[in-house]
Amino acid sequence: MLAHERNASSPGDQNVAITLTVNGKKHEVAADPETPLLYVLRNDLKLKGARYGCGLGQCGACTVIIDGEAVQSCDVPASAVTGKAITTIEGIARNGKLHPLQEAFIAEQAAQCGYCATGIIMAAKALLDANPKATESEIRTALKGNLCRCGTHQRILHAIQRVAKELRQ
Amino acid sequence: MSTGETTPRKLPGSLNTNRQLDRWLRINREGTVSVFPGKVEIGQGILTALSQIVAEELDVALGRIRLAPTDTSYSPDEGMTSGSQSITDGGAALRYAAAEARDLLMQRAAAQLGVSLEQLSVTDGTVTARSGGSVTYWDIATDELLAREATGQVPPKPAAQHSVIGTAVPRHDIPAKVGGTPSYVHDLDLPGMLHGRVARPPSYGAKLAALDEAEVRAMPGVVAVVRDGSFVGVVTEREDQAIRTLQRIKRIARWDERATLPENTNPRFLLKEVSEDEVISEKSDKAAAGQAAKTLEAEYTRPYIAHATIGPSCALASFDKGRFTIWTHSQGIYPLRNDLSRVLAVEPERITVIHCDGAGCYGHNGADDVALDAALLARAAPGRPVRVQWMREDEFMWEPYGPAMVVKLKASLDTDGNIVDWVEDIWSNSHSTRPGAQKGVNLIAAWHLAQPHEPSPPRNPPLPGGGSHRNAIPIYEFPNQRVTNRLIKRMPLRVSAMRALGATANVFAIESFMDELAAAAGADPVEFRLRHLKDPRARAVIEMVAAKAGWKKGEKGDGSRGRGVGFARYKNGACYVAVIVEVDVGNEIGVKRAWAAIDAGLVINPDGLINQTEGGLIQTVSWALKEAVQFDRERVLTQTWDDYPILTFEEIPHVEVTIINRPELPPLGAGEGAQGPTASAIANAVFNAMGARLRDLPFTRDKVISALA
Repeated sequence: MLAHERNASSPGDQNVAITLTVNGKKHEVAADPETPLLYVLRNDLKLKGARYGCGLGQCGACTVIIDGEAVQSCDVPASAVTGKAITTIEGIARNGKLHPLQEAFIAEQAAQCGYCATGIIMAAKALLDANPKATESEIRTALKGNLCRCGTHQRILHAIQRVAKELRQ
Repeated sequence: MSTGETTPRKLPGSLNTNRQLDRWLRINREGTVSVFPGKVEIGQGILTALSQIVAEELDVALGRIRLAPTDTSYSPDEGMTSGSQSITDGGAALRYAAAEARDLLMQRAAAQLGVSLEQLSVTDGTVTARSGGSVTYWDIATDELLAREATGQVPPKPAAQHSVIGTAVPRHDIPAKVGGTPSYVHDLDLPGMLHGRVARPPSYGAKLAALDEAEVRAMPGVVAVVRDGSFVGVVTEREDQAIRTLQRIKRIARWDERATLPENTNPRFLLKEVSEDEVISEKSDKAAAGQAAKTLEAEYTRPYIAHATIGPSCALASFDKGRFTIWTHSQGIYPLRNDLSRVLAVEPERITVIHCDGAGCYGHNGADDVALDAALLARAAPGRPVRVQWMREDEFMWEPYGPAMVVKLKASLDTDGNIVDWVEDIWSNSHSTRPGAQKGVNLIAAWHLAQPHEPSPPRNPPLPGGGSHRNAIPIYEFPNQRVTNRLIKRMPLRVSAMRALGATANVFAIESFMDELAAAAGADPVEFRLRHLKDPRARAVIEMVAAKAGWKKGEKGDGSRGRGVGFARYKNGACYVAVIVEVDVGNEIGVKRAWAAIDAGLVINPDGLINQTEGGLIQTVSWALKEAVQFDRERVLTQTWDDYPILTFEEIPHVEVTIINRPELPPLGAGEGAQGPTASAIANAVFNAMGARLRDLPFTRDKVISALA
């Protein structure tokens, strides 16, 4: 086995300072500007709720909300979202109370492994924020970029419809 | 020959191999109960169900149960969490251990209160004598109380006394998982943690020919480069640096590749392979065979399919002073430690393996492999934990697939439309190449080292559970029957356990063929199945699903819409499941609605059972309509979700699951019961809709078109 100890060039020599506004707070991190937002959230800001699924924007496990839009954070460089309002799953509870979507997921037991759940909740939040009266068909369409492998879809749809119904009343 | 030892009494479930009560349970002074399961959470809700069992038998509130993470330092060795056996293995052990612990606590309470056992009642751990006076478990329990071998002689509560078992207790882990709280091994963030990635070869047969290591070492953040034969890994300070370095390695490494894969993805190549044949069921009745009036033959196939976890496999490892600690979402921490010990050349006692939750695995995926990757990289960075997560293409290209299968069937009907003869032949690889075998190492990196380890010889788990022959023996009653399993040992693609193992293809074939025979007999498919079934529980799930779906005898589709039924008793000994689906066939097949009925004996958590059945059904719709691993002669071509589409939210059917609860009967494994019935129900619904028979999974658009031609 050939194991090579730390090389001469210091780590992070391509890093630059990047300022991000996440869940209403400003953070400055040092990272390569091309670093996908996902890794900055998870490793620099220790926000683990957005998760790596594919790195190609194909599965939605890393979904966050940027200026009101659901965005796959694995697919956007951190340096491209400075000055924008980034909301993660950790930022949607209010006054220590879970967001109604999170409460609805618990009420419907809308998880098996749960790995996809946070990304789906963020995609659903972006939808309901823009269209509180979303129908089942609109919810399905809004979630077409979010994959679930356990087959929990029906419960997830019920949970989101439960919130949409509350918003309609 | 007598060895002078008496055979120990057989104890229920995993208590038989982990016999000390305190291996399972501890009563704590602060008013809690520690539970030490050997089975692990893989998204199936097992830990909530096990908590319910302990709370029930001990008579304590669920909120007092503390589940210890499964860990080789102290947990019972329950082998794998697989095969829908956690309730029957771990659940039975905890049920009897808790019942016995309660008995010991009651005896001690009786002694302390100076009354007889009959005078006592217990509520949430407080034992009260009828004459007044009470003590709590928390006051009277001592370490030595449970430091004894279980007898298995204290009977668990009868069903009539259940107040926690059988209720839809919410899963204890869901609030954190939907809350965004760190929940998975992927989320562990240890002090000083480094990040690793492995540059896997581009194909199974590839050998590393050249790599400019200096260029790799010059990448930002690189702490170590590990090169050993064709294994190449990198350790960096930041995760994004590991990924950039990986991309650089992939660009500059040169590999010698060989063509090792089948000529195309059609599973029929299996028919030409050398096989080890075994007749696994034979029945003969010459008089009945003589009644044969009409004979049908058909051949069914399933391609290689991927587990395709949503969260690529991940592990952390640290190496310090000659000891390894591994954090993993493996389904078997002891079997994994066994193989790690061989590769790392350290005794198992110097390796601690700790389970953490992962994304759903649905069988043997990359979980174990990435644990070895992390250990090999951690050895190059002593004292600092290394986190390795596979990239999406690592998971797709290197996970062990669910094996391709071919099933040939031939059967004869008499003039009354009864099946009088049944001949079945199955071609498949092994469905289990997990770590923990007696010989060999079943971890990818071990095969790529300069001093490689060989994989263990392929084997088929024995019947009645079986591997490739799981559910191959029809549960129907036929007077003549011969079922032959043809196990193919050469594995051109890496394969192993995928949810339901051979049952998916075998039940798909049997239940599709039952439909073909029903049509040939001019019979209704529901009635035709009942005609050949004696087991009342089997009949009950079919009758239940037919009633729930409003099945009409002899109902016909309208050229695009149609419905079909499928049924099996999983493993011929676990849960009974019957499924009806409604399809809409246009350019593609859409599954619009589905009904399932399940009998899993005593139900621990009805909502958990429904969730698993619903999930199994929907996952199988995806397998059946869309999924097949793609490859050419050299490389696996399935690398991203674009190459391996699965069912999306827009395509999900409305599913209704009905439970037939049998609280007086033992609980039956239930996590994999919907697979075979669902796949066949879809094929049967397509036939019902348009008279075209689909026999090759998956039912993609071109298959529908060619079936109609």
